[in-house]
Amino acid sequence: MAEVSLDNKIKKQKKSTKVKKAAIRRNWDLYVLITPVVIYFLIFKYWPMYGVQIAFKDFIANKGIWGSPWRGFKHFRRFFRSYHFWPLIRNTVGISVYQLAVGFPIPIIFALMLNEVKNEKFKKSVQTITYAPHFLSTVVLVGMMTAMLSPKNGIVNEFIKLLGKEPIYFMAEANWFKTVYVWSGIWQNTGWNSIIYMAALAGIDPQLYEAAIVDGASKWQRMWNITIPGILPTAITLLILNTGRIMNVGFEKVFLMQNGLNLTSSEVISTYVYKAGLIGAEYSFSAAVGLFNSIINFILLITVNKISRKTTETSLW
Amino acid sequence: MNARLKNSKGDIIFVIMNTMFLIIVTIIVLYPLIFVLSASFSDPMMVMTGKVRFFPKEPTLQAYKIVFRNEDILTGYKNTFLYTITGTLVNLIMTIAGAYPLSRKDFYGRNVLTLFFTITMFFSGGLIPTYLVIRQLGLYNNFWVMILPGAVSVWNMFIMRAFFQNSIPVELEEAAFIDGCNNIGILFKIVLPLSVPIIAVMVMYYGVGHWNAYFTALIYLKDRRKFPLQLILREILLQNQMAEMTGGETLVSQQLFAESIKYAVIVVASVPVLLLYPFLQKYFVKGVMVGAIKG
Repeated sequence: MAEVSLDNKIKKQKKSTKVKKAAIRRNWDLYVLITPVVIYFLIFKYWPMYGVQIAFKDFIANKGIWGSPWRGFKHFRRFFRSYHFWPLIRNTVGISVYQLAVGFPIPIIFALMLNEVKNEKFKKSVQTITYAPHFLSTVVLVGMMTAMLSPKNGIVNEFIKLLGKEPIYFMAEANWFKTVYVWSGIWQNTGWNSIIYMAALAGIDPQLYEAAIVDGASKWQRMWNITIPGILPTAITLLILNTGRIMNVGFEKVFLMQNGLNLTSSEVISTYVYKAGLIGAEYSFSAAVGLFNSIINFILLITVNKISRKTTETSLW
Repeated sequence: MNARLKNSKGDIIFVIMNTMFLIIVTIIVLYPLIFVLSASFSDPMMVMTGKVRFFPKEPTLQAYKIVFRNEDILTGYKNTFLYTITGTLVNLIMTIAGAYPLSRKDFYGRNVLTLFFTITMFFSGGLIPTYLVIRQLGLYNNFWVMILPGAVSVWNMFIMRAFFQNSIPVELEEAAFIDGCNNIGILFKIVLPLSVPIIAVMVMYYGVGHWNAYFTALIYLKDRRKFPLQLILREILLQNQMAEMTGGETLVSQQLFAESIKYAVIVVASVPVLLLYPFLQKYFVKGVMVGAIKG
């Protein structure tokens, strides 16, 4: 019995290799098609990954990545001991957590409210308008913020002055940095980030609502028992993804908002890597800082995914 | 439904509150945009003294005249157009070239390749190793540095693959194959003509990305004549930011200049994208949904 089935298995395998070979021969042009894409990933993604080893070396330009001498954890130790370390962690995590605490629930609430609107025209107009800021560039956004928040002639401070209060130097005060950063992001992205929840809401079976109405469920009961469970998987997936990016405060916006006066709360890991690495040319040291950052992110992602899989049965993998 | 709404007082209050809240949110989003537009058409002195609130004060086109006479802005505009068009074209070709084979069930190696691509979503070399690679490739201060390093986004490629898999009937492809059409022929004659919505989404995503990019240019371009609009914008909008905030004085004429064209520059840089997107709106909502189902 066992021998027969083994025999069959081998036959099957032979057959499947034949089919496989035929398919590969027939689809040779698909392999040609995908080759440039593979080459792109090798050069621009995998080669830099190979280059990460300079974090454990002293990079010397004319010796190249491979030829530079190994230095173990020297650069990591230097980073952990430097007086920049804790402020950088505090700023990076602080901005991210603030961002997550505000930026995660608001698009959900917005989508839930929009979903209650029955007038299609009104709904469409609100959507078109609230998506618009997403398309502004970071440079334009920060430029608008600087102009509108200026203590001298900015429109926001004009209103504050109108109320008889002292103008606030929003962009220059370290204490205001996080708030300005996070809420300008809310202004720019709430509409856009709500799209995915609108899609999830549209996917809920309307029969569930009809049945609930027949059973006499109130609006709140329907929301709590049908709508919220309906978008929960989407929300959790996004929460996991966002948590995995906690240490990734976007360079672009922070860098543009940064100035000498708010540096104590605006210096984050990505801007520090840029300054130490590209301005200061300390390639190995800042590669080490960058690697440390990626590792923390990855650990966070795995941890949150695990917790989520255990508690809610939703996970990325 | 209507009868039911009338029956419940609570529901009516809810609908009114909900609508009012949404209107307020919409106004908060819209106001800064209107302000920028109005300020760009106002007399610079009116803007500087904070007189502009909602509508333009003492309307003038002066700012726009200065903007369109500025050498840097014009060059930046031209460069950005070039980067956006070339870049988006390369993005499209590469994304399709990656997505189509992966969408085919009879394409052996698709699992290995999918893994090969997915890994790059979670691991990267980081800024410094990437920088060293790009220098080594001779792309530093080169036109192509704005195009090649971001030639494909894994995420977009997977969205496109999902679209090919879910929206194109396999029977059509099989029929064409029996008629003697090869794979490339199927891609061009059958798959792509049916993929207009997803291509529109990709043009939008990639195009806006190129139009708004400044980081790549900031680190890899040295030559001012190659600068995209966003870098020039950064100089105009943010260079005398410090003086502005601390209340210190720069040269009065210089400041008046920067001040007067700020808003016009913002409008000029943002209008192409803002005009384009409402037309593509119905497509990109679909695109996000395909991505959501997939993810």
